[in-house]
Amino acid sequence: MEMLKESYPVAANDMTCAGDVAAKIKRRIKQLGVPAGVVRRVSVCTYEAEINLVIHSCGGRIDLEITEEHILVHVCDTGPGIRDIDKAMTEGWSTASSAVRAMGFGAGMGLPNMKRNADEFAITSEVGVGTDITMIFHI
Amino acid sequence: MPATYYHSVRLDKEKCVGCTTCLKRCPTEAIRIRNNRASIIHERCIDCGECIKVCASHAKVAVTDPLDAIKRFRYAIALPAPTLYAQFQGVHRPEPIIATLFKLGFDDVFEVARGAEIVSHAIRQALEEPDRPRPLISSACPAIVRLIQVCFPSLIEHIVDLVSPMEAAAKIAKEEFAQRHGVDIAEVGAFFLTPCPAKRTAVRAPIGQEKSYVDGVIAIKDIYPAMRALMDQGCTPPEMDRASTVGIKWAVPGGEAEAVGIKSALCVDGIDNVMNVLGAIEDARFRDLAYFEGLACVNGCLGGPLTVENSFVAKNRLRSVMNRTEQKTVVRRDVFDTAYQTLRLTREIEPKDGLQRGGTMRERIERAERIDRLTASLPGFNCGSCGSPTCLALAEDIERGSATELNCIFRLNDRIAALAAEMVTLRESTRFNTLKDTARLREMREELSRYDD
Repeated sequence: MEMLKESYPVAANDMTCAGDVAAKIKRRIKQLGVPAGVVRRVSVCTYEAEINLVIHSCGGRIDLEITEEHILVHVCDTGPGIRDIDKAMTEGWSTASSAVRAMGFGAGMGLPNMKRNADEFAITSEVGVGTDITMIFHI
Repeated sequence: MPATYYHSVRLDKEKCVGCTTCLKRCPTEAIRIRNNRASIIHERCIDCGECIKVCASHAKVAVTDPLDAIKRFRYAIALPAPTLYAQFQGVHRPEPIIATLFKLGFDDVFEVARGAEIVSHAIRQALEEPDRPRPLISSACPAIVRLIQVCFPSLIEHIVDLVSPMEAAAKIAKEEFAQRHGVDIAEVGAFFLTPCPAKRTAVRAPIGQEKSYVDGVIAIKDIYPAMRALMDQGCTPPEMDRASTVGIKWAVPGGEAEAVGIKSALCVDGIDNVMNVLGAIEDARFRDLAYFEGLACVNGCLGGPLTVENSFVAKNRLRSVMNRTEQKTVVRRDVFDTAYQTLRLTREIEPKDGLQRGGTMRERIERAERIDRLTASLPGFNCGSCGSPTCLALAEDIERGSATELNCIFRLNDRIAALAAEMVTLRESTRFNTLKDTARLREMREELSRYDD
């Protein structure tokens, strides 16, 4: 049963605000005295997720839920959706444009990195509808 | 103050005028203005000295040792930070500076830059070890190590577990002196000549070591006048092993990474910049970064609060000193070979946020929600007039019980306006005051007089 539930919208293509949501979530879990190692893993994943939303999606949101036992980060967007999830989960595979890569993003490490850092990771996606990721971190 | 929270940075209450300058500049929000004076929250202070630099009243001071402290030991060794070489106008070589230290009464001089050369070598070995987290973070700037303990505890495991050049220099200097002269090492005192208050703290309350090898810390600005008076350009020190540019450049931002010889290194100076980058390292934003050198002061140690010379001028002068110095390290092979083992930290570096309170997650969430509601009820100007650095910090202070909502001058204004309105209504509605009205009027008068302070 969640005790804290917050939701943060993330706008597509807005590089000025990219990272703000991840920073807010980090501040919140540090404030709550979540163990340092968990803070680290949540930070890595939420930052990665937020950048993904900004660069690849048509916009979406990140939800944070905290219970006594775990932190749940739910990321969803309104498209375009991922054509081949298995490929997207492969390290180094990326659909990012060369302009995005020039900014140091889009190295194709995003999703694999999130999966590696979360204790539980689930992804569903439908082309034209959107992508939905749930990550759980045990406290 | 508990020993775990020893600090070199202190407040001179007489000089403090209670302004908000230091309050707004403290990177860890460790300062509050209460009763018209600044006060330091020991649990959060990292001794960076930002408050010392910005206080126009010079009310923030650093406690260091006087030169006289060297008399406590039969033999005293001076450990000059390379920053010292850049402090004297017209002096572009270390020799007259080292010679002056002998004239001041030191029995020997061991350049901290030599310690830096040895530590550089040990860091290189640490970087070669597999399974070390990336980036490794330099342990040289004690304010940054403390910043990580207080604000970025998840990065503690990234801090390279080696002592600072100051400690390496003190250890080797004392051992060599005792051996060379056949004296008891307990009779030998090592005194660091420091640009920085955090170094004093690092000596008094060491991190990762049981005890510091350094016996005293003398501020460069305190020893400067006596040195200036005795400085003779023609003077040369006795024959000794000398530091090369490899060690001296540690005083300049980027010098450490250069001395270590690692390409994928990032150096950042200035405490706010360092905080930004540490936040990004926490998010794993830099994938190929092997080494991070963070320096609390702009221009590194040359910008330390206890220096004399303007740090930009000092940077130019140090370059000129380096042009006249040996480029290659001269350190005994055996010292190099054993450094990685002998200079390791012996204790874990622990997270340190004394303000963090326990309880179940439910209790912590409830506290956070109370803080959110309080923050929303404050104006959000972050003006600092309440004595807390931001509205959020005031909300946290209220929740903790160390302030009230009426510390906020806008909330106080509202309260006084409400009282005044109530007084007028009361006066106009009752020509003949009832006992109850009189009592309420007296109550309001008392409340108002409390706000007079």
